[in-house]
Amino acid sequence: MRREPGPGPILADRRSTGGLPIVARGVSFVRGETTILADIDLTITRGGRTIILGPNGSGKSTLLRILHGLIEPTRGTVTWNGAGNRPAEQAMVFQRPVLLRRSAEANLRYALKLARVRGNDADRRILEVLTDVGLTDVATRSARVLSGGEQQRLALARAWALDPAVLFLDEPTASLDPTATRAVEQIVSDIHAHGTTIVMTTHNLAQAKRLADDVVFLYGGRITERRSAELFFRSPQSAEAVAYLEGERL
Amino acid sequence: MHTLSDSVALALRLIAGFDAKLVEIVRLSLLVSLISTTLAACIGLPLGAAVAVARFPGRGIVIAFLNALMGLPPVVVGLFVYLMLSRAGPLGGFGILFTPQAMVIAQTILIVPILAALSRQIVEDAWSEYREQLTSLGAGMVGSATTLLWDTRYSLATVLLAGFGRAIAEVGAVMIVGGNIDGVTRVMTTTIALETSKGDLPLALGLGLVLIVLVILLNFAAHATRAWSRTHFG
Repeated sequence: MRREPGPGPILADRRSTGGLPIVARGVSFVRGETTILADIDLTITRGGRTIILGPNGSGKSTLLRILHGLIEPTRGTVTWNGAGNRPAEQAMVFQRPVLLRRSAEANLRYALKLARVRGNDADRRILEVLTDVGLTDVATRSARVLSGGEQQRLALARAWALDPAVLFLDEPTASLDPTATRAVEQIVSDIHAHGTTIVMTTHNLAQAKRLADDVVFLYGGRITERRSAELFFRSPQSAEAVAYLEGERL
Repeated sequence: MHTLSDSVALALRLIAGFDAKLVEIVRLSLLVSLISTTLAACIGLPLGAAVAVARFPGRGIVIAFLNALMGLPPVVVGLFVYLMLSRAGPLGGFGILFTPQAMVIAQTILIVPILAALSRQIVEDAWSEYREQLTSLGAGMVGSATTLLWDTRYSLATVLLAGFGRAIAEVGAVMIVGGNIDGVTRVMTTTIALETSKGDLPLALGLGLVLIVLVILLNFAAHATRAWSRTHFG
């Protein structure tokens, strides 16, 4: 049984101070001789589902990591609600879920412990999110022996358990079959319905259409277009986006 | 002087009959090596994890140094500990030269680099996989290192067994600092060396067999631990 949309009571105060808006100004990222991102200006505001779309190698994952504060830009700045330090009220789910060698439940408990949620509150939260993602049956099983789809749902549950203000997702369904992909998309929608801002990378156009409120199109390390999803898919403005949507090789 | 077959037969009889002297030597060997491995684990594993996770100037040199120390010559360690613990040495006041405590110290010094270097490699491999996720969750350096130590516990169990194997098979250092005193500091390896030099082979062979069986069992245990963990924890 799914919970009604609304902030979870345990971590609701985290949500209210979630480091939004996230503002990237003049962000570039260079590795060796290769410019991965160039002069990115981007603002993430509260509440939406932003899909960062683009072909392989366009810099999507790097941009997501910079917005989450995992890596620092070579040039430019990122601020979270005006501050220069990454706030704790964010979570990220990676393409390949990184789970600890312990039970599914213990993986959630670990994340909650880092967020200083313990005891009965932690127990309750764990039960809630495991129910939400449909993994109560495997709560005591080792996380690493779960199927790929279950592992990704568990990674989402771990992120959701923290009631993040912003959830970053780096191609979370890239290695999943269609059924598992739809399950993950449903969970992402549920998390969003509970008030979490979603920022997600994908190169799956159908998925972007299903999930996006607005689209940031990235090509060659530059944002060539940012529009509402409806406008983007109906009438893309940049030549690169047009070519990408038409399935041409970029 | 026994023939080889006589010696083997006598050795087997000593083992089968739980010869008191043999049992006492085996007991002391196990005790000293277990304590050494425990102490070395308390130092080496956190050290290895810290070097794996932390980034600091000269880290490469520290890693190279740790790796080099894995090949510490036991007799040199024995000599060093002897000089420290001898009456004229800085720690001579403790009066523990030629005691099992001195042997524990020597063995600990010998295996700390082994545990630190091997655990550093294991934890660093895990860190490359976990780093972004742990950082995202807000785990600090200490928290990450502790988490990685726990998460790689089955691989580290193999490292501990390797350290214990090295400790129990060691002869040079414990001979120097223990003195091979009968009933006090005589362990399997030093007894084998002494009895062989005396030409009294049954006890040496008996202890040799026990030692080989122990080493084989340790290797089986290491293998079984890894296989079990892969099945149950992925």
